[in-house]
Amino acid sequence: MDIFLDYLWAFLVGGALCAIGQVLIDLTKLTPARILTSYVVAGVILGALGWYEPIVDFAGGGATVPLTGFGNLLAKGVRRAVDENGLLGAFMGGFTSAAVGVSAAIFFGLLAALVFKSGSKINETS
Amino acid sequence: MNISNQEYGELAKRVSPPSSMAKTIPMAFLIGGAICTLGEALLNMYAALGFSQDDAGALTSMSLIFLSALLTGLKLYDRIAQHAGAGTLVPITGFANSIVSPALEFKSEGFVLGLGAKMFVIAGPVLVYGISASIVYGIIYYIQTLL
Repeated sequence: MDIFLDYLWAFLVGGALCAIGQVLIDLTKLTPARILTSYVVAGVILGALGWYEPIVDFAGGGATVPLTGFGNLLAKGVRRAVDENGLLGAFMGGFTSAAVGVSAAIFFGLLAALVFKSGSKINETS
Repeated sequence: MNISNQEYGELAKRVSPPSSMAKTIPMAFLIGGAICTLGEALLNMYAALGFSQDDAGALTSMSLIFLSALLTGLKLYDRIAQHAGAGTLVPITGFANSIVSPALEFKSEGFVLGLGAKMFVIAGPVLVYGISASIVYGIIYYIQTLL
């Protein structure tokens, strides 16, 4: 039952964060690049204020998978690095905590671009 | 086919993809929620394999990014995204897709200035403002620790 609730909260919170993004796209015509950027910066701010971690605690993947979770991870990394290295840590923590995600996206992106044929993705369905 | 402007408008409305908010928002919610639920399942799986919470989180991101790169390469991710909207954009898989998709598309313009440079057309701004925000926070946090 507990595990079912975990999944339910992950679904509801993750879905809600995506629905907010869709409302922004539909109402404000924000481009995808702006949505992604806003979500990461919002995550950094919420993480800095300590408001995001409680959401992670009960929603798990529902809070860590959306890009606000990536922002929260940046804030967490910076806080840890400043605790360990002082002011220099402010320039270390973000990249340290983003390392796996960014490296994976770059490397798998390169592999995918080498393995798969490029082609217009829009013509596929029409 | 000989049709009036008005008829054409109605026809276009009927065949064009759903764009009313009554459809886009539930779709974003369902598909985004499903991706996050998959993330939760991966988190639990890696935790059960004995990884620490941080490592399980990193492995989950890596797995989702790998899946996203694969589906983008197979042209499936963009097809799902046409229906899911923000549901496939907001999760980390959307960030990966924003890197893989232009890399693939601009490969024909060369490996350095095509694939290599265009890869960051969306991810670049995300990193510029995300990392900068984290540095600003780091400096504020450092000052707080001094007080």
